[in-house]
Amino acid sequence: MSDDKLVGIVLVSHSAQVAAAVAELAKGLAGGATAVPVAPAGGTEGGGLGTSAELIAAAAAAVDRGAGVAVLTDLGSAVLTVKALLAEGDELPAGSRLIDAPFVEGAVAAVVTAATGADLDAVQAAAADAYTYRKV
Amino acid sequence: MLDADFFRRWMAATAASVDREAERLTALDSPIGDADHGSNLQRGFKAVVAVLEKDAPATPGAVLTLAGRQLISTVGGASGPLYGTLLRSTGKALGDAAEVSEAQFAEALRAGVDKVMALGGAAPGDKTMIDALVPAVDALGEGFGAARAAAEQGAEATIPLQARKGRASYLGERSIGHQDPGATSSALLVAGLAEAAGE
Repeated sequence: MSDDKLVGIVLVSHSAQVAAAVAELAKGLAGGATAVPVAPAGGTEGGGLGTSAELIAAAAAAVDRGAGVAVLTDLGSAVLTVKALLAEGDELPAGSRLIDAPFVEGAVAAVVTAATGADLDAVQAAAADAYTYRKV
Repeated sequence: MLDADFFRRWMAATAASVDREAERLTALDSPIGDADHGSNLQRGFKAVVAVLEKDAPATPGAVLTLAGRQLISTVGGASGPLYGTLLRSTGKALGDAAEVSEAQFAEALRAGVDKVMALGGAAPGDKTMIDALVPAVDALGEGFGAARAAAEQGAEATIPLQARKGRASYLGERSIGHQDPGATSSALLVAGLAEAAGE
């Protein structure tokens, strides 16, 4: 937290609508967190259900402020595509990280935490901690 | 020795067989998956052939790394990063030699299969592409024809298995009795090798 750069958040879902809606929800629940760069990367480039490496790379580049990028995913090919892009080394901005977290609750926790100016480790911890919020 | 042209023929043969078998792959993916395996791979390998023609990579390693990158970009399903990682990792293991021996290729392909297992977390017996690829790599020392036969047997042997990875795993015991689409397309990939070698 040596400067005021904010961690970027990328939300990857098989569905463009789910990714966009979760981004809106997370920013809405985070109140004044409009400064947090959040980008959805949902569906395929053709608008179908699936995962697009290009959309993920573009979203990550768009939210990168130099403080790292937290990438949250739903399941299956979304997880595998992000892992494959990270393994490439040069497809995602330096400091990009796949966050092991529930998609909706993790996104809210990540955006709220990023809004405080927290670093990537803290954003990751907050998002992962969302796994522990039991509902019954 | 295997040159860049051999690996281009491999990709072209695989693209042709995936195109031919796309409906069957999607039909296999209907009861236990989301019914897109054939069309996803068809799109991916078509794009691979196109980019190989456009960029004309000069070495075996360059052919496979470019093909893998293209699959990650264009498939849109889990098979994209999985097959993409397989080809990229195999290509990287081949380095920048102009020609590679069959033994070098077998070793590189094994490294690629290991990377796929690390990425997806699947082991042999989980009813995935690994069940065709591991027997194929094991048989590769006896030639491409033997590898093709081993991959086909491995794919058929997924029928009685219960899926433990991917969407099919949600079905539990109901995944038993269906041949795995990923293992089936992996057998096509290995058959493409034999075709490229003229076997």
